[in-house]
This record gives sequence, structure tokens and C-alpha cells, in this order.
Amino acid sequence: MQTGNLLLLLVAMVAAAYYIGWQKSLAQARPLGGIRHLESLPFYYAMRAALWCAIPALVVLGAWLIFDDAIIQNTVMLSLPEDVRPATEGGRGLLLSQIQNVASGALAADSVRPEIAGAAELLRGLRGTNTMALTVVFIVVAMLGGAWGWLKIAPQLRARQQVEKILRVLFMLCALVAIMTTVGIVMSVLFESIRFFGQVSPVDFLFGTQWSPQTALRADQVASEGAFGAIPLFMGTLLISAIALLVAVPVGLMSAIYLAEYAHAKVRAVAKPLLEILAGVPTVVYGFFAALTVAPFIRDVGESIGLDVASESALAAGLVMGVMIIPFVSSISDDVITAVPQVMRDGSLGLGATKSETIRKVVFPAALPGIMGGILLAASRAIGETMIVVMAAGLAANLTVNPLEAVTTVTVQIVTLLTGDQEFDSAKTLAAFALGLMLFITTLVLNVVALHIVKKYREQYE
Amino acid sequence: MSETTAKVRKSLARRYRQEKRFQAYGILSIGVGLLALLILFTDIIGKGHSAFFEHYIQLEISLDRDVLGVDDASDDEQLNYANFGGVIKEALRERFPGVDDRQQQRQLYALVSSGASYNLRDELKADPSLLGGTRNLWLLADDDVDLYLKTPEKKRPEARLGDQQKQWIEDLEAAGDTEKRFNASFFSHGDSREPELAGIGSAIVGSFFTMIVTLCLSFPIGVAAAIYLEEFAPRNKFTDFIEVNINNLAAVPSIIFGLLGLAIFINLFGLPRSVPLLGGLVLTLMTLPTIIITSRAAIKTVPPSVREGALALGASKMQVVLHHVLPLALPGMLTGSIIGMAQALGETAPLLLIGMVAFIVDIPGGPTDPATVLPVQIYLWADSPEQSFVAMTSAAIMVLLAFLITMNTLAVVLRKRLERRW
Repeated sequence: MQTGNLLLLLVAMVAAAYYIGWQKSLAQARPLGGIRHLESLPFYYAMRAALWCAIPALVVLGAWLIFDDAIIQNTVMLSLPEDVRPATEGGRGLLLSQIQNVASGALAADSVRPEIAGAAELLRGLRGTNTMALTVVFIVVAMLGGAWGWLKIAPQLRARQQVEKILRVLFMLCALVAIMTTVGIVMSVLFESIRFFGQVSPVDFLFGTQWSPQTALRADQVASEGAFGAIPLFMGTLLISAIALLVAVPVGLMSAIYLAEYAHAKVRAVAKPLLEILAGVPTVVYGFFAALTVAPFIRDVGESIGLDVASESALAAGLVMGVMIIPFVSSISDDVITAVPQVMRDGSLGLGATKSETIRKVVFPAALPGIMGGILLAASRAIGETMIVVMAAGLAANLTVNPLEAVTTVTVQIVTLLTGDQEFDSAKTLAAFALGLMLFITTLVLNVVALHIVKKYREQYE
Repeated sequence: MSETTAKVRKSLARRYRQEKRFQAYGILSIGVGLLALLILFTDIIGKGHSAFFEHYIQLEISLDRDVLGVDDASDDEQLNYANFGGVIKEALRERFPGVDDRQQQRQLYALVSSGASYNLRDELKADPSLLGGTRNLWLLADDDVDLYLKTPEKKRPEARLGDQQKQWIEDLEAAGDTEKRFNASFFSHGDSREPELAGIGSAIVGSFFTMIVTLCLSFPIGVAAAIYLEEFAPRNKFTDFIEVNINNLAAVPSIIFGLLGLAIFINLFGLPRSVPLLGGLVLTLMTLPTIIITSRAAIKTVPPSVREGALALGASKMQVVLHHVLPLALPGMLTGSIIGMAQALGETAPLLLIGMVAFIVDIPGGPTDPATVLPVQIYLWADSPEQSFVAMTSAAIMVLLAFLITMNTLAVVLRKRLERRW
């Protein structure tokens, strides 16, 4: 049976376990004189039976699905005679997919060697047995679990405590998903990066100024050496992020100051959510806007004043990205500015300072650490932003600081390297993971520092 | 008058000017932000509104048995192989006689969309008695013709069509044989290389399945994690570590989650590429931090008196949480989840890496069918060379924004309606 059907069946079995558990607890309570003589409410006995039915079965299913493919493939491989078995990892994968194609009927059995046809036959047989065995084991485990839960029901059983304990563990596992995600991210980028650095030296990667990741398919091909110097990518990322911050920081900061200190409550109630719409617009929309509206506009303006502007200029991507992160800067700055105690303003105003003097000389310095935290968060957002640059920035890795030329960024290269045909062992594909590692480390450091600053700042005035 | 007072008086005008200037900077900044928003929306709407309509051309078509190769119109098998293209070409030759040159004929045939034969087949299927007769029928125009008819009179000479083609179109228009209709296929069709046949139907269905998977996973896990961290977790280093993790994950670039999906879900666990199930898993991991953080904030707003009252009446800690705290915090959790889902709906970058950029014509039937999602469809169309795709892309963006605005409005309304002040 398919996994989906098995799960549906499990739902039915769990409901049945719940029902018989409920009935039994009531039956046990009746001679004692009502459910108040039970240790727990009938609900908990029923729930306990249901959990006993569900959890072991799900654990078995999960473990089975993780391991069955590997075991079956191994068995099939071992069944092949010694001389057919390929030595390399890649050859093994090729042979396996060939066997699978024969087994699924996509490849005619008489078009391959008899050993492989035999292996395909074996694979098909094993798969059938596997599904059958899984179905039987799954149902038996669920029934045994449910029966155990049902059998144990007795007036003295502390069912509530047990159910609550299980729930608590489940809740904790859910909280652990966050750690698992981080571990998953680190493992996925780290292991592939280590493999990449086995082929390309980290020094060349970090300090090389030449980026052309086209590795040759054959050894004798021209230009078979790909160059993996990531400096142009880092520079491009920094250039575009810097342009974005140059737009977003003044605009975001001044809007936040005006909204927090000057604006009428009604103006604030309208302008603030409107500005925050900018953060809710999907990045692919900004990318489209940058590539089809802003970039041609900048090129036309540049041409009219006699400047040579690339059609995928860093300026276009940076400007649009800046618009996108205005709300990040403004909303954090707004929070921080309103958190500055009123007494500080009153003191300054009382000494005769104007409102703007108070803001510039008292409020702003007091809020500065928090604002810096906000700007760092915005910077991390700009560095990791993908769609705008994929659609509006270039692909060629130019080492330049001229905003009118096309540059490429780390995220653009990750997307280009990993979409389309890929072989998983080539340095080209692995390079994307090394870039991902760089991106992850950079944004992680920025985030940790920023969150730390913001937190510390909050404590200061609380 | 003392010296200081005089000094202050003298500087007052300058200081007031400074004050005015400072305020003007503030207003200017807000203006810049709002102007950017305005330009963005008018640009998208200006480019996209025309894609909601498409043009049809009326032709007198004789459904000749011999040309079609059909002798029984109720036989589906025959209809599937019928030569509708030939019938349409003949009708075009009849309408504009005297086109003998092969090159010119090809240009003439290009006026009608290649999808028109399906129109014709459906018409015939619906009414088999049409076979053998002659009928005036409306056929879908090619995207270049459609674009030409949509361009205003003044700009038409610049259009990228042959002079002869322009003349034919003008003739048809003058004779009243062109008609603008609502583009229903835009919402029902899958992707296509022909702009007039392409639609966002499969992308919307793909997005729907992806969102279902995301919601079913991220809401329960997020709420459970929030409950654990707020109510049960002991205050120690390990809990702090979980919290730091969650806060950091909320700020990790989305593309990194794509790398995670590629390395762990596809290469390690062997999940198929391009399916909503996988997309949903990746987006779940991405939205979880948002949901956990907002859910915790919602739990925090429930006053301790509620917990203490329940505890005093003999409820266990778990009963307090599940029977009293959770129902009171649920509106806030829902709001946070809707906002998280809106984020996930607009997300593109991680999905590119897990292969959801495929060219999907068929509407996916479930979360394990290859699919694409609306933002990725927008990305794909934005890259297409045909000019009509610009309008289509903008129209798809309008649909996406409409969904997002609805979701966010829903979140705001929910919060206003259900939020309780203590």
C-alpha cells in the first residue's frame, strides 16, 4: 500500500483505539460508581490508547522509509556478478538508474545485458515484497500498540500524567526543529564546501580575482581550467548592497524620525502601514520592476547626458533593493526612537533647544546603537537578497566599483550554478555551496551582532 | 539685554530655518518612499491590465468533411486527428484572396493563434451538426495581432509586424471582425510558449498545494514550539541556544534554505524535484521562525491571572495551557501565521534551487506532481523574449499582489476582531 493510504488507515485505527479506550474506561468506572473513581478522566485513557497506536507505528514507518531504498539497492548490487559491478561511485549510480529504468519498463529488458535484466527483475520483486512487508508490519505494530494501550486501562492507571508527558516531549521535539534546521544548513553547506575546497584551494577562492566557473567536460577541452576567484562576486555584492543602503538609510531614518517625532497621529496611522507595504511586495516583483522599468530608464538618462550605462547596471538593482529595505530601516529606527525616554527630550527642550536640535543632539545619539543594529539587519538582508539581482544584475564577473557597469553577486552565481543541468561532483556545482557558506557566515555574523546590539540597547532603557 | 541673549536672538532665525529644513527632509523621505510605491504599482498595473483581455478574429469557416478528414463529428478519436488548421488556413485565404506567395501565405496564417484549432474542435464537439456546414466563428488571434490591436493608433506604425499583416489586421478591424474579450484562459491554462495560450492556472494550483503543505506543517509545529518555549522550557543555556537559533533563522537569506533543500531533502533523502511537497517543506523551515516568534508574543499577552485561576482550581500545567492559554492566544497566532504564509507565497529564490522552475503545462493534481508556483512563473515569464509576455507577467504580478493584499488584510481584520485587551 502507498504511504498516503497507510496514513489514512492509521487515522482510522487511531480513532478506533480512542473509541475502545473510552468505552473500556467507562466500563471500568461503572462498578466503582462513576468516573470520579478513576485516576484520570476517560479522555486520557482513550488518548493514551490512541497515542500507543499511533506513535510506534509512525516511528516504524519513518525508519522503514529512510532505510528501505538503500538496503534494496545494496541487495541488487550484491546480486550482480563481480565483473559487472562498477568500481566508482558515479558508475554505480549510472548502473542503478539503468536497472531502475528496466524495472519500471522505461527501457526494454532485451536491450540490456542479461545480468542487468536479471537485477531489474530482482529489484521489482524486492520492491513488491518491501511494500507488502511494510504494510503488514505497519498494521501489526499499530494494532499491537493500540491493544497494549487498551489492555493496560485500569482505574489506578495514571493516564493523564503519561499523556501529558508524551505531549510535552512532542512539544519539545517541535522546538528542536529550529536547531535541526540550523544544523541542516550548516551541514549542507559545509560538507559540499569541504569537497569543493578539496578541488580548489581556499586561498584561490577567497583572494582570486578571476571568476569563470565553466569547467570542461572532457580533459582535453580548451579552457578546461575553470577559475574560482570570488573577489569579483564579493565586490559586486558589496557594491549593490552599498547603493541599496545609501538609498535606504537616509530615507528610512528620516521617515522614522518624522513619523515618531513630528507627524500627527492620523498621518502616522496612514503613512506607516503604507511604507510597510514596500516590505511585503515579493522580491520577484521588485526584480521585474528593476529589470524592465528602472534599468532602461537609467540607461536612457545616462545616454542622454552622454554616459555609457550597461543595461544591467549595478545602479538599477541597488536602487530598487534600496526601496525594498526602506521599511526595515524605518520600522526598527521607529521602535528605537520611541523607546528613548521622554524625560531626555523634555530636558533638552526645557533648556531652550529646538525640536530638531533635540532630535539631532539628544534623541539620535541615545538611539544610535539601536539604529546601527537596524542598519546591520538591513545590510544582511541586502547581501542575501536574490531575486532582484538575479533579474536585474548581470552574470559577468566584472571587478569594478563603477555603479553604471554590470556586476554579478554571490546570490546570482548560486542560482546560475544550481539551476539547469548539474552534475553533483563537479567543482562548478560545489562552488555554489562554497558561496552559500560565505553568504551564511557573513549574514550570521551581521545578524548576531545586530541582534546583540538591539537587545543590549533595549535593556539600557527598560 | 545681556550679551548671551543678544547672541541667542541673533541665531534664532537661523535655528528656525534649520528646524524647517529638518522637517522638510522628513516629509521628503516619506514622500520618496510613497512615490516609489506609487510608481511601482502604476507601472505594474499600466503594463498588466491589457493582459486580462484578448482579441478574437471572426472568420467564415466551412467545416468541410474532406479537408477536416472527419466523417463523424461525434467520434472523439477522429476529432483529435482532424485537420482544423487546414480549415482555418482555407478560411483565411477566402477572406483575403490573391495571396499566392508562399512567404505571404505564411504571414497570413500567422494572424490566427495556433490554439484556434482547439477552439474549433471544442465547437464541433459541442455541436456535431456543424460538420459540413459554413459558419461565422470567432477564433483566437495570435499574440502579435492582439498586441497590435491593443496599441493606440499613434504608435501602431512602430509595431513589429509586416506592412501586409498590418493592412490585413486594419481591414479586419474596419469590418468589425475583431473583438476584445475577457481572457478567461489566463486563469485556467498552464504555461505555454505562445503568450495567447499561456496562463497562470497551473501556477496557482501549484502555489495552492505548496501553501497547503506549508500550512499543515508550519502551523502545528510553530505553535507547539512556541508553547514549549514559553510555558515548559526550563530557563537554561540550552533553551537560550534554541532561542538564539530561532532569531537567527528568521534573518537567514531565503536562498540558503534552497541550498538546504537541495543538499538534504533531494540528495540525502531522495525526494523528487519540482514537487509542491518539497517546496512546502523548504518553505516550512523558512516560515517557522516567524510563526514561532509571533506565537510566543501572543502567548505572552495572556495575563498570568488566567493561568493562576486555572491552577488554583486544580488544573494541571498542560490543562492550563491547552484549555485556557492556547484558546486566548490563538487569534494572535493565526495572525502571525497568515503573515508568515503571505511571505512564503511570495518567495521565489529557494524554489529555484529545488527545481520548481520547470516548464509546467499540465495542472498538477496533487502535492507530488511536478509543479511551479506563481512567483516562479512570474520569474520565468519575465525572462521570455516575446513582447506579450511583459503584459502577462505584470498581470500575474497583479494576481499575486491581490492574493497577498487579501491575506494581509485578513490578518489585520482578524487581529482587530479577535484581539482582547486585558
